[in-house]
Amino acid sequence: MEPYLKHESIAALMDRSNVDTDQIIPKQFLKKVERSGFGIHLFHDWRFNDDGSDNAEFELNKPAFKGAKILVAGDNFGCGSSREHAPWAIADYGFNTIISTSYADIFYNNCFKNGILAIRVNQDQLEQLMAEINANEGVCFTIDLENQQVITPAGNGFSFEIDPFRKGNLLSGLDDIGLTLKHEAKITEYEQQHKQNFPWLWA
Amino acid sequence: MKKTMYEKIWDSHLVVDAAGQAPLLYVDRHLMHEVTSPQAFEGLRLSGRKVRNPHSILATMDHCVPTKNRDLPIADPIAKKQIETMAENCLANGLNLYDMKNPNNGVIHVVVPEHGFVHPGMVVVCGDSHTATHGAFGALAFGIGTSEVEHVMATQTLPQKKSKTMQVVVNGSLSKYASAKDIALAITGKIGTAGGTGYVIEYTGSAIRELTMEGRMTLCNMAIEAGARAGLVAPDEKTYEYLKGREFAPSGQNWDQALAYWKSLTSDEGAEFDTTIVLEGAEIAPQVSWGTSPEQVVGVDGVVPSPESFADEGKRKACEGALAYMGLTANTKITDIPVDLVFIGSCTNGRIEDFRIAAEVAKGTKVAAGVTALAVPGSYHVKKQAEDEGLDKIFIEAGWEWRDPGCSMCLAMNGDELTKGQRSASTSNRNFEGRQGKGGRTHLVSPAMAAAAAAAGHFVDIRTL
Repeated sequence: MEPYLKHESIAALMDRSNVDTDQIIPKQFLKKVERSGFGIHLFHDWRFNDDGSDNAEFELNKPAFKGAKILVAGDNFGCGSSREHAPWAIADYGFNTIISTSYADIFYNNCFKNGILAIRVNQDQLEQLMAEINANEGVCFTIDLENQQVITPAGNGFSFEIDPFRKGNLLSGLDDIGLTLKHEAKITEYEQQHKQNFPWLWA
Repeated sequence: MKKTMYEKIWDSHLVVDAAGQAPLLYVDRHLMHEVTSPQAFEGLRLSGRKVRNPHSILATMDHCVPTKNRDLPIADPIAKKQIETMAENCLANGLNLYDMKNPNNGVIHVVVPEHGFVHPGMVVVCGDSHTATHGAFGALAFGIGTSEVEHVMATQTLPQKKSKTMQVVVNGSLSKYASAKDIALAITGKIGTAGGTGYVIEYTGSAIRELTMEGRMTLCNMAIEAGARAGLVAPDEKTYEYLKGREFAPSGQNWDQALAYWKSLTSDEGAEFDTTIVLEGAEIAPQVSWGTSPEQVVGVDGVVPSPESFADEGKRKACEGALAYMGLTANTKITDIPVDLVFIGSCTNGRIEDFRIAAEVAKGTKVAAGVTALAVPGSYHVKKQAEDEGLDKIFIEAGWEWRDPGCSMCLAMNGDELTKGQRSASTSNRNFEGRQGKGGRTHLVSPAMAAAAAAAGHFVDIRTL
């Protein structure tokens, strides 16, 4: 995983709530056995017309949002299935940051495993960010994870909360499994005790 | 301190709880299917790591498998590759796999309980959000992403954040025509698809105790549709009766020891939940979803709502979008909505009880002109049991297709799908746009409601049959 660095990027807006993982990456693209190459299918059914051309109505197809790394979206983003293909597609498309009022649990976890910072803001903050993008499509926001700050040209900046463990992993780009395996001795000790307590699980 | 069942399971599975990092939770059972595992095996291989406890894993193929002509090669080369990759990965790592041709094959969340692989008090994970199903046994069961699948394979643990607890009480008894599915949809309608976010739900109350194990599985299966991490039902005599004698259930002396433990798991009298929701069982009508989110539901005697009926702006916009996608007009009576296809199956409603109930409604009827009706058992065991009871004949005589098991039209990855504009009555769990095929329109219902819609060609209030 690449370390997450402070950056200034275009913020794209999806003013919709309950964006589900079936929209983020429709099921017909879940058959691959690789992790890469899902970006071209992101939001496929919304993004493309039946003939394969770009759907001009779809917000992410706006020229002003081209190259955006930040996605600002409505409440309960990423609800639905556990498919990690959703954050794979989001990251592969070029986003490394999502800003919303809330996320579905599994999707939220999956983001951080893939170098995506999912920022939770309150309703007022979200509305301010949305208004700023609507007033100036193509506007760039600065995301400073180290100091937990979103900074905008119109001065709608604010700090955000994030679990220190997730923050540390993003900043360092560290692999979760490696961290857990530092506790190998404790896992083995637990397992021995578990076998004594619950022998039927191991029969 | 008085503890809820969730807290008891959490505490007993805590391996490490160190400052500055997420608590590590031990995982007892790891379930797998072909869609969310290949990249995890690849990651394991690339890092030179091994599966820590192969015995904790049970794998099946369900999402991409054809439900007919299974003797023929899979036509879709990418699906074929995914299926083959699953077989190779399981073989290379010594995992128990019920492949497409295995008599134990079926949808993972139907197969696992059939073999008694999940017991009360376990922590169970799977790269699949409907893992919540197994909460029916009083196990803490939740869906994880593929990176986490790799993490569990390598370490038998997962870093987890402790959830809040929500109690959903369903008092009294359900009416004869309402089912666990209707409870699940009614709850999602009441609290919304984000209502359970950050929570583990424990379902309590007499209407829950009266549910069969199959019903409890249906209910917990859809905990995720309300946004919850997991759903739980406290184990009781029905749970023990169900498990006894199954392949992976404890036996002999182990059974007595396990039973004593299971009985200790229920939430302590007076244990506090962070929030409580109460429903009256008798008031739950058969539900039909009208929109593109499982929270967009109404009783079958209701009408399609109008956007103006929602005070919240987000919900109003969602309603407008859903009506446009679903091709519905506000204030249309639910029973006036026609259907093109009916699907009974999935990890939500693909168990023997579901087919028994549906067959009772389908018996002596004919599928309406222009309607296609698919009965897709959740597993080969469900299929065989149904055939032993003669249920297949009832469906076939009524004009239904009787298929081989798989996820099928729940998410339409295997070629069973709606075409643009087609409308389904489906016993599955999600009515998202395009879930059952691009442009397809899904209405979520119970098996009895689905069977009645197949015969009538539109939704029917089964209480009036």
